[in-house]
Amino acid sequence: MFKRIVSGIRSIGHRVIESIWRLGLASRFFMLVLLKSGTSFRRFGLVVRELYYSGVLSLIIIVVSGLFVGMVLGLQGYETLQKYGSESAVGTLVALSLVRELGPVVAALLFASRAGSAITAEIGLMKATEQLEAMALMAVDPIARIVAPRFWAGVISMPLLAAIFSVMGIYGGHLVTVIFIGVDEGSYWSQMQSAVDFRFDILNGFIKSCFFGVAVTAIAVFEGYNAPPTAEGVSGATTRTVVTSSLVILGLDFILTAFMFRGVS
Amino acid sequence: MSPKTLIEVNDLNFSYGTRAILKGIDMSMSRGQVIAIMGGSGSGKTTLLRLISGTLRPTSGHVRFAGEVVHELDRDALFSLRRKMGMLFQFGALFTDLSVFDNVAFQMREHTALPESMIRDLVLMKLHAVGLRGAQHLMPAELSGGMARRVALARSIALDPMLIMYDEPFTGLDPISLTVIGNLIRRLTDVLGMTSIVVTHDVQESLKIVDYVYFIADGVIAAEGTPQQVRDSVAPFVHQFVHGEEDGPVPFHYPAPTYQQDLDLDPKGMPVV
Repeated sequence: MFKRIVSGIRSIGHRVIESIWRLGLASRFFMLVLLKSGTSFRRFGLVVRELYYSGVLSLIIIVVSGLFVGMVLGLQGYETLQKYGSESAVGTLVALSLVRELGPVVAALLFASRAGSAITAEIGLMKATEQLEAMALMAVDPIARIVAPRFWAGVISMPLLAAIFSVMGIYGGHLVTVIFIGVDEGSYWSQMQSAVDFRFDILNGFIKSCFFGVAVTAIAVFEGYNAPPTAEGVSGATTRTVVTSSLVILGLDFILTAFMFRGVS
Repeated sequence: MSPKTLIEVNDLNFSYGTRAILKGIDMSMSRGQVIAIMGGSGSGKTTLLRLISGTLRPTSGHVRFAGEVVHELDRDALFSLRRKMGMLFQFGALFTDLSVFDNVAFQMREHTALPESMIRDLVLMKLHAVGLRGAQHLMPAELSGGMARRVALARSIALDPMLIMYDEPFTGLDPISLTVIGNLIRRLTDVLGMTSIVVTHDVQESLKIVDYVYFIADGVIAAEGTPQQVRDSVAPFVHQFVHGEEDGPVPFHYPAPTYQQDLDLDPKGMPVV
């Protein structure tokens, strides 16, 4: 009995040390990526190429999801607001929900599943097939040539995708409430315009999505680069990217919201 | 170190944790030679290549390449040293997102400021040398195993290195591709004046093309010599390896308790009741 308790405590300790060690490794890797980002900016074509793969190819899922999330928000918002006779405020509800929260958060979750997993799998497979080692032996640093351009492409595309998500959501809300249900179009747009503040809402949403972009792509490239070079290793790393990114996005969202909207009515 | 010597390995030791992989290796490799390093799987051959290229650091001892001690170099010096080396990986390790042409052009674009027209000519020359000029537009996924290795060979000679290391270049090839790769290694070494190190299990194919052979077993050099000396050797390990014998100094059975003990049999082979 005593032995089992000791071994239980030992295994918890082992896991904690392992996690802290991994966090340290990730931080060190993140600093290396930042230090070796010079090539990405000197040869911006490398980043543009990755922008296509992580940004442009994520557009369809972002546009369609944004549209549907906005439609649902419009429908639910209308159902609730009409009980109080304030259905004209539905535009405000849709826009604020999207710009402050759902745009950055849902777009980041989708980005993690669509682009983050692809980045991890690609880098992990390059490692498993010795491409990264081959590159290092050709005196080309794989962190500078492979990792950094993917990281910056993710950081740049995330806020743009979140913005597109929010815009599509607002149009989705418009489609359902104004065109299908018949809410007054003028009040949909004008109430939205007067309620949405550039500094508190749009800028804060933008800052959030920048944080999410850094977090998701940093996790994706780290997991890919450190994936064990086997089929299970790469699949495990891809899963970890999606799970860890999703949790980090939600945790970060709470912290950022607490800082940004504290005391704002 | 004589001027003819390109690589000198002195009392090289390497361990993963407490597990010793290489124990006191001494080697000398001259310019213009094809040298084979042979040994069973897991004998430390590939580790030796990684120590020569500076990917791993030795526990003690050193590798001297063109007069410089590899593990004492800083990162920039190591990278400039690696421009003088090429490596052919077991399955080619071609960049799967680049075409054959772009794979061969990769180092030229990364390390030189040559105009694109000149890069094109150089790439076509390198591809011609391995007989794949016509495959320049293909992607790596469209190549057979032998073709992928030839493209990787063209890529590794892109900047005319002093040394090329081949990690199991013959694995999984059909007899034609095997001869093609073997002859290419010999011909390119002679024509370009390079040195080649071939890590392989393929005794018959490699003995046809190499100048000198080292056998590694259990982390030490078990035997060495010219191909003729190796063929004539009566040393038990070399004989077993060259003739592919099942049992010998390298045992067929992994260490285990006796068969009787494992099956609970008495010395007469009867079950213990």
